[in-house]
Amino acid sequence: MNDSLSINQKPVIKCESVYKIFGTNANKLLENASGPISAEEFQKAGCIIGVNDASFEIHKGEMLVVMGLSGSGKSTLLRCISRLTDPTSGKIFIDGEDLLEMNSKQLIELRRNKMGMVFQSFALLPHKTVLENIAFPLIIKGLATEESIKKAMEMVELVGLKGRENYFPRELSGGQQQRVGIARSLAVEPDIWFLDEPFSALDPLIRKEMQDEFLRLQSSLHKTIMFVTHDFDEALRLADRIAIMKDGIIEQLDTPDNIVLNPATEYVKKFTEDVPREKVLKIESIMDKYDQSLAGNNTVSKDAIIETVAESILESKENLTVIDVNNENKPIGILQPKKVITVLFGK
Amino acid sequence: MFNYLKNSRQKQFIFLFTIFLILYFFIPKNENNYLWRLPPLLKDLPLMFNVLLDNLMFNWFTIPVWDPDWQMYEDKTLFRIITRSISNLVLFFIIFIREVFLGGFQTVNSILGDSITDANTWISIPALPWTAVVIGAIIIGYKLEGIRLALLAGIGFFYVSVFGQWEPSMQTLSLVLFTAPVCFIIGLSLGVWGYLSKRVEAALQPILNVAQTMPHFSYLVPIVVLFGVGDHAGSIATIIFATPPMVRLTILGLKKISPEVIESGLMSGCNRFQLLFKVLIPTARRDILIGVNQVIMQCLAMTTIAAFIGAKGLGFNLKVALNSLKIGKAAEIGICVVIIAVVLDKLSLAWANKQKDYFANLNFYQRNRLSIFFILLTVCCSVVAFIASYFFPEGFNYLYLIPFNKGLTVSPILDAFVDWIWNTFFYYLNSFNIFLLTNVLGPMKQAYLNMPVISTFVLFMGAGYIIGGLRSCLIVGSLILFIALSEYWDRTLITLYMATFAVGVSAISGIIVGSLCSQNDFASKSILSICDFFQTFPSFIYLIPVILLFGITDTSVMIAAIVYASVPATRYTVEGLRSVPSSLHDAGSMSGVSKLQRWRLIDLPLALPHIMLGINQTVIFALMMIVLGALIGTEDLGQLIMGSLSRPNGAGIGFTLGIFISFICLAVDNLIRTWADERKKLLGIE
Ligand SMILES: Nc1ncnc2c1ncn2[C@@H]1O[C@H](COP(=O)(O)OP(=O)(O)O)[C@@H](O)[C@H]1O
Ligand SMILES: [Mg+2]
Repeated sequence: MNDSLSINQKPVIKCESVYKIFGTNANKLLENASGPISAEEFQKAGCIIGVNDASFEIHKGEMLVVMGLSGSGKSTLLRCISRLTDPTSGKIFIDGEDLLEMNSKQLIELRRNKMGMVFQSFALLPHKTVLENIAFPLIIKGLATEESIKKAMEMVELVGLKGRENYFPRELSGGQQQRVGIARSLAVEPDIWFLDEPFSALDPLIRKEMQDEFLRLQSSLHKTIMFVTHDFDEALRLADRIAIMKDGIIEQLDTPDNIVLNPATEYVKKFTEDVPREKVLKIESIMDKYDQSLAGNNTVSKDAIIETVAESILESKENLTVIDVNNENKPIGILQPKKVITVLFGK
Repeated sequence: MFNYLKNSRQKQFIFLFTIFLILYFFIPKNENNYLWRLPPLLKDLPLMFNVLLDNLMFNWFTIPVWDPDWQMYEDKTLFRIITRSISNLVLFFIIFIREVFLGGFQTVNSILGDSITDANTWISIPALPWTAVVIGAIIIGYKLEGIRLALLAGIGFFYVSVFGQWEPSMQTLSLVLFTAPVCFIIGLSLGVWGYLSKRVEAALQPILNVAQTMPHFSYLVPIVVLFGVGDHAGSIATIIFATPPMVRLTILGLKKISPEVIESGLMSGCNRFQLLFKVLIPTARRDILIGVNQVIMQCLAMTTIAAFIGAKGLGFNLKVALNSLKIGKAAEIGICVVIIAVVLDKLSLAWANKQKDYFANLNFYQRNRLSIFFILLTVCCSVVAFIASYFFPEGFNYLYLIPFNKGLTVSPILDAFVDWIWNTFFYYLNSFNIFLLTNVLGPMKQAYLNMPVISTFVLFMGAGYIIGGLRSCLIVGSLILFIALSEYWDRTLITLYMATFAVGVSAISGIIVGSLCSQNDFASKSILSICDFFQTFPSFIYLIPVILLFGITDTSVMIAAIVYASVPATRYTVEGLRSVPSSLHDAGSMSGVSKLQRWRLIDLPLALPHIMLGINQTVIFALMMIVLGALIGTEDLGQLIMGSLSRPNGAGIGFTLGIFISFICLAVDNLIRTWADERKKLLGIE
């Protein structure tokens, strides 16, 4: 999303050095800790690290993708922010309210109205039909059955399952089951949407289809999203910003192109090495400073991903003008086609 | 020497067995030698148990209670008041259900007082005519599954009525209809509690283990002391006996729920109550409903046995028929028990598997069509029966109830058949019987009785050590020590000898039959449904045909035990062999093994852990049947338990001996389970 717009607003989710440590000695370990705790210390204390000193903010309408290998603490981080587990220490604010101070009643209210979550294994209730599963949060919330069913029916249509509303989960394919999971998490119209590896259990082709569907939904819903994945390509495709985790530590949190261009650590670099740059980088990152005398007639948006516009750029012999579509198409730079060739085919 | 033994279990076992044999032959038989028999230090245990019960019932915690008849306060023990109130409550419900089926005015009495019913004799609950019950059974069967189940249920109840067993059958059914829901509620609550709290589960686990391995009989005596004799006592025994599987399956089902499903419930904003009733229990529905099915079957089995403490019903008639050696009559009643068992089993399974259709858009009539139908037909049947009562001359109304002596009967034919068998085959049967007794069972029994106590310990504890290390060794050792310190060690040895023989034969035959049947799909399916069928009857029933053939001897008990205990061995063998992955079969075939080699080298080793779990069940089943065999006269622990039923201070003895049987089961269970778990891990199968 547009950073300059959201930066002034209050963040929807805010974490301040959140730790989650499994084990009995967790608190002792934290007593005199500042910053991330090292692996040796954990081993000495016999603890397992879930989340190690995570601090970040997510703004309204933004999609943060949390990426990391299995066991790196992504789910644990998500569970802390939805308070399915209590963090060992740290502070979490949802819309400015202290999540960890809430009592169970407030928490239930929060979940009933503001949060939705999608799970990797779908986690549908086996004894309920598609429609009942989707209506479940509404009924739990105390809505009348008729109203819930009507609302659930809208959701069924939204995720493209019309005609299957009376099926049981076991009668559906994985992709269809996850559509139900998505519909259920959206039924209460939450502002915040958590997705924990929602597409990881699906076949590659279906996964691609679901990602497209997901982007389509988000383009009309504008939820604040925390999306967990272990698939770097998926992260690049979906994210506004990516947080890369390793052993509970957030190694880098940045926009996809910055992560590819300026990996903060060796670990992040390993991920980015094989990524085709044209798929990630925006025109903005390879343009030169604006100079009226060099600018050509054809224009290109600064936010366009290189791959999507490469063909037309290569066809034009002269330089292009890079414009900012969000700011009255103001020209902000020029683009030399040979730069695109460098990105596409290497030096 | 040590290194030689270290790596081979086989060698360890051979070594152990050698020591066992050396001890066996070299320990002198001498009552004062502690290596031969331990002193009965725990002799007073049953007595203490009796004293405890006695004090609870008559001495401790007295409170004054107003006695309206004597117009004065009387001291009564709290405990006794509690048991009395429970008895009365239980009795009220049973009588009420019974009166729905059979008519009467006791319930009305207990509410209104008998002066009113004395004055107005017409006040009573009218019985449902048996025709209406048959129609009800058909309709329920139809609604739950379809026409086949409807026919089964209808014909079943029709048979029961026409053969004149209506009254006892409905008495038994009323016991089941009362006890099963109580077991369900208690079992579900305990299960949920155990799931929610680790500590509760840890406390429940050993109680469940002992409760499920105690023979039915040993429950009965303490219950008689606490609750007296009668239907209520029978029901309470039944509830105690049938609840454990419900608890266990509830915990099992709840534990299987994936954490994500629970989290999805939490994220939907469930509070604790909603999470429990809308997410957890419905998701574990399948296991819980299997639990319900087991509860019903256990209730039926136990209500027949509860005849021994005065519960009315089929079990009571069966006991009378067996005692007076009316084999034909007993067989007929036995068939009724089997029919009710099969019908209840199928109905409850159909109910468990039924899916609700929430979205069928039905109006009131369509939704309640069958209930309306049932009510109309019941009214019709009652009217017809009422009118018909003027046409039956002798005062029996056959359309209400067919009395036991007026029903059809085939018992003369059955008796004649038995006579014929006896006359024709007596020589063969008897010589088989005598051969078995003198050449196999007799010597085996002697051999067991000649076993010094030290060698028994070496054998069991050594096996425990080899299989599960020090932990198993100590567990098994202390379980047996408890028995060895009592004065019933010799009886235990007799029980053990019978159990060994029965388990051996059952295991071998079960594994052979199972292996043969698992060779193709059809045979596997058939044998599994046969196993299902055999497992539906109450164990009591198995004794009828063997008595018919072999009379009252150890052989009969042995054969009943073998048949009964072969069922789990066969079932687990089939299941184990069928679950061997087919890729391994293919791999085997490609390396050119023959069918027999494949079985021996691939299938059997892989299936063995599962088969051993079956053998574990076989041990429990065999012991249960052997104890039950005391009913027809054997001289093991079972007979003492039986005997304690009629002794005034028998509660302690019956209960202690029950615990002994349970400990034997637990010792074997520990050995087999430890071995199977480790083996499964080794083979990488779960
Ligand atoms: N309840 C728990 N108890 C102990 N350790 C846990 C628990 N849950 C997660 N962990 C550990 O925390 C680490 C992070 O787990 P998780 O957040 O599930 O990783 P991811 O979702 O990235 O695969 C893992 O090493 C895991 O073993
Ligand atoms: Mg995860």
